[in-house]
Amino acid sequence: MAQKILLKNINVPGINTFEVYRQYGGYAAVEKALKTMSADDVVEEVKKSGLRGRGGAGFPTGMKWSFLAKPEGVPRYLVCNADESEPGTFKDRYLMTHTPHTLIEGMIVSSFALGANTSYIYVRGEMMPQIRILEKAIAEAKNAGFLGKNILGTGYDLEIYVQPGGGAYICGEETALLESLEGKRGNPRIKPPFPAIAGLYGCPTVVNNVESIAAVSWIVNNGGDEYAKIGIGRSTGTKLISASGNINKPGVYEIELGLSVEEFIYSDEYCGGIANGKRLKAVVAGGSSVPILPANLILKLSNGQPRLMSYESLAEGGFATGTMLGSGGFIVMDEDACIVRNTWNFSRFYHHESCGQCSPCREGTGWMEKVLHRIEYGHGKMSDIDLLVDVSKKIEGNTICPLGDAAAWPVASAIRHFRDEFEWHVNNPQAAMDGNYGLANYADPIPVVEEAN
Amino acid sequence: MSEKVKVTIDNIEIEVDPGTTILNAARMIGGDIVPPAMCYYSKLKGSGGKCRTCLVKVSQGSAKDPRPMPKLVASCRTTVMDGMVVQNITSPEVIEARKGVVEFLLINHPLDCPVCDQAGECHLQDLSFEHGKDQSRYEFKRRTFEMVDIGDKIKLHMNRCILCYRCVFTADQITDNRVHGILGRGDASEIGTYISKAIDNDFSGNVIDVCPVGALTDKTFRFKNRVWFTKPVNAHCDCEKCSGKVTLWYKGEEVIRVTGRKDQYGELEEFICNTCRFDKKKTSDWTIEGPTKVDRRSVVSSNHYDEKELLPVIDRKIF
Repeated sequence: MAQKILLKNINVPGINTFEVYRQYGGYAAVEKALKTMSADDVVEEVKKSGLRGRGGAGFPTGMKWSFLAKPEGVPRYLVCNADESEPGTFKDRYLMTHTPHTLIEGMIVSSFALGANTSYIYVRGEMMPQIRILEKAIAEAKNAGFLGKNILGTGYDLEIYVQPGGGAYICGEETALLESLEGKRGNPRIKPPFPAIAGLYGCPTVVNNVESIAAVSWIVNNGGDEYAKIGIGRSTGTKLISASGNINKPGVYEIELGLSVEEFIYSDEYCGGIANGKRLKAVVAGGSSVPILPANLILKLSNGQPRLMSYESLAEGGFATGTMLGSGGFIVMDEDACIVRNTWNFSRFYHHESCGQCSPCREGTGWMEKVLHRIEYGHGKMSDIDLLVDVSKKIEGNTICPLGDAAAWPVASAIRHFRDEFEWHVNNPQAAMDGNYGLANYADPIPVVEEAN
Repeated sequence: MSEKVKVTIDNIEIEVDPGTTILNAARMIGGDIVPPAMCYYSKLKGSGGKCRTCLVKVSQGSAKDPRPMPKLVASCRTTVMDGMVVQNITSPEVIEARKGVVEFLLINHPLDCPVCDQAGECHLQDLSFEHGKDQSRYEFKRRTFEMVDIGDKIKLHMNRCILCYRCVFTADQITDNRVHGILGRGDASEIGTYISKAIDNDFSGNVIDVCPVGALTDKTFRFKNRVWFTKPVNAHCDCEKCSGKVTLWYKGEEVIRVTGRKDQYGELEEFICNTCRFDKKKTSDWTIEGPTKVDRRSVVSSNHYDEKELLPVIDRKIF
């Protein structure tokens, strides 16, 4: 049984209330940090733990905290990014619904470490129940003296506010989130300056994912070294994975990083294998924006070793044969899934969610969606496939924020690994409308084709 | 920080003040190495970074940290560092990326140049002529909007807009009580006023001049004439609100349009007020200074009496 950190007490009845959470050892980290540690000690522990941002990029949290500028007389802010909108990712919502106090506790400790007296939780607008749950949890914590003025008599003041967003995917990008939090249009800012220098209201700001912040309290309780022992290599600790798709047991699972992908998909403890006795075709390993991988590449590395659920192992092989851990939205597709339709669906999402600020993303996402729609509905041309590759290359890396990359990668990778399925769609439009391509040869190793351009 | 920093753009070295952007450093050098800019406007704070036509490659970040930047950067918003090496037209990667951006800008832009008032002084025309491909691979319907009057003097033709945000910055910084901005998201976003509110401000006409394309046009000039049939003349007047320095566009004896004076990058030298722009359309209102200098490559110069080159003398004997 793997170690659970965030979801340890998830099945305890009433864990969403303050009393039960406190009985099970909750808010010990606040007491420990505020009474016995200095702010720098907490940052040091988080650095030692090797905790990496759980929102998608995987940037070390401790490092991010140490970059925070600390000018005199200027307030600093901690902003929790709960604008979880990546298709296939629903871990933060789960965490906030069932153990909201885990997040509040982490927020108090993290705010203390950063010297922030005001912190915000930016929640996606669609998550209205979670907003209520968090506000109730904050009220309970405040009632018990863990929030407000002079927390536990230590002289440290903190207020946490919950701010609902409008439900835009782009507001999950940290600078767009800050713009939205300031009450402006959620357009990403041009970096530099980074939020650590000039973030919310021009003040130094740290933006962290819900899961990263929630993990901080365990790190403070048990020490960074203990946390670093869990996991593998530079991927330390546990990660919440939102498993969805054609599997027997979809849901949110907490895994120790370093678990093999094969075990995660097939073991009864986790996904429980592919539903209805079908075979695995493809996996999107980290939310819709990461490259899709066919079965042979997701289960095995190019050297024949099993692929592991860790930042490094999933990225092994670069974009030619690898993918990314991303935000942990694990989407499994069986032999009945149509890759073209799936790619079109993702593309449609990015078209809809592009903010429209910079031209490659604004125009390119819509273009890709239209071409994919054409292929999916049997009006495609052979040249469309190369066109898609070219358009995705023109978007990738040329935009202000990573949404352009996120829109380009699924399309580019789907064509890279499933080009024959796209060609089949073009050549057999009627058959593509009636049925689907099936498993073909993806279960077996196929040579990786690198396209021109 | 008064020390100059040294930056190399396309193998040309220049020393500039710290804090200068790559684009402005390139403009100091001048010539072909200046990246095109559709959204950057030196007089507007916060503009730039959106259109991505000014992308350049930084092959050496600075003297201290010589690593190249991982991605192409927007030169209008990236400040120079000492020892920075920038590649613009010497980098095939940049040229390719710019071609892509031009193609993206054009996929939703209507091909109505023959009836567009901006034709001839349109930045997008110049850009696609210089950096674009000769064909579009886009085979779908373009987005369309209804034309809107914002105020009684300005026409908004949203189909042509490339969402550079210049007019939004102008309205925000030059006029008070901004009422127009961006509505919607993605390629459905549009410039608009809240519930068709009219723009009523003394300096609102400047949004026409900052617009790089024909999305915002002067209703007093619409369909009057092509710009290359008109003659630009610098003039000034005593104006209480603005500097009064303008360009008059003559057709014969008649002033058919008044605009602000633009520099070689198409940027206004000074913003002018609406009274000068829309109401003073008689020669007697103005003190004429002389013909406006027009770039010889510009189509406007085709009818210009001053800078016109003499036709080559053809020796008829050789035929």
